[in-house]
Amino acid sequence: MSLSEFFDMGGYAAFVWSSYGLALVVLLLNILLPWQQHRQTVRKLKRMHRRGKDAS
Amino acid sequence: MWKWFHQWGSPPHFYRRAGKWLPWLGGLFAVFFISGLVDGLVFAPADYQQGESYRIIYVHVPAAWMSMFIYMVMAVCGIIVLVWRMKMAEIVLISSAPIGASFTFLALVTGSLWGKPMWGTYWVWDARLTSELILLFLYLGVIGLYGAIDEKRMAGRAVAILAIVGAVNIPIIHFSVEWWNSLHQGPTVTKFDKPSIHWSMLLPLLLMAVAFQIYYVWALFLKVRAELLQRERNSRWVEELFRS
Repeated sequence: MSLSEFFDMGGYAAFVWSSYGLALVVLLLNILLPWQQHRQTVRKLKRMHRRGKDAS
Repeated sequence: MWKWFHQWGSPPHFYRRAGKWLPWLGGLFAVFFISGLVDGLVFAPADYQQGESYRIIYVHVPAAWMSMFIYMVMAVCGIIVLVWRMKMAEIVLISSAPIGASFTFLALVTGSLWGKPMWGTYWVWDARLTSELILLFLYLGVIGLYGAIDEKRMAGRAVAILAIVGAVNIPIIHFSVEWWNSLHQGPTVTKFDKPSIHWSMLLPLLLMAVAFQIYYVWALFLKVRAELLQRERNSRWVEELFRS
């Protein structure tokens, strides 16, 4: 099997690759968004504690 | 068992323990996901009827399984919220909702991308597809309802009830292809007699299913930790975390 045959997916390239592409996007988002949310909260809390104020 | 239940029910304990698990879950997911991907796309043979298009199964079916599994987790959390008023269960419930919703969305879209070349249409209003679409609305309903009620205790109980009531849809999705005539093909793996799929095609499916399962725990822990830190920012344990 050649590389171009592989990417062609027997003529179903558009359907197969967009399925896998969307899966990748979904998997990435569910990791990146909470990771970012966590990082922002950590930053905010660090800043507040450095100032010695109550976090609110 | 009860001790375990109590420990994980405590926010600082959950935060710490889940944090230690994160790299292992991510690594384990990567191993299963990459081997499933390579096996499913390269080594598994083409289908004798559907050609290469059937390879969509390796994202479609695990996504569909997870869409139902995560909803069941939410329903169980809902019971715990109503009976024991456990805060952690509420956070697990609401943190699961976006993950479940996106898996449901993925199952629907990949299904329709598979349907177009095989059935000749992206969508039919049959029982399987419609009940899966209802599942997506249930997830969005949970997210929307929780966001719409300001008082968090009330919001938690409201979504708990919605999660429990909505669970009746899960057996409907599962058995829909047997109860009603459908364009959707019957189950290939979850049958009482032996699966009607060759092991060389089944193996990547199982690898992907395990990968998605691990992924859910990984993504859930990330989300729950983010939520915990935000909600409990004024509590003693968070303060101690940042004092040093």
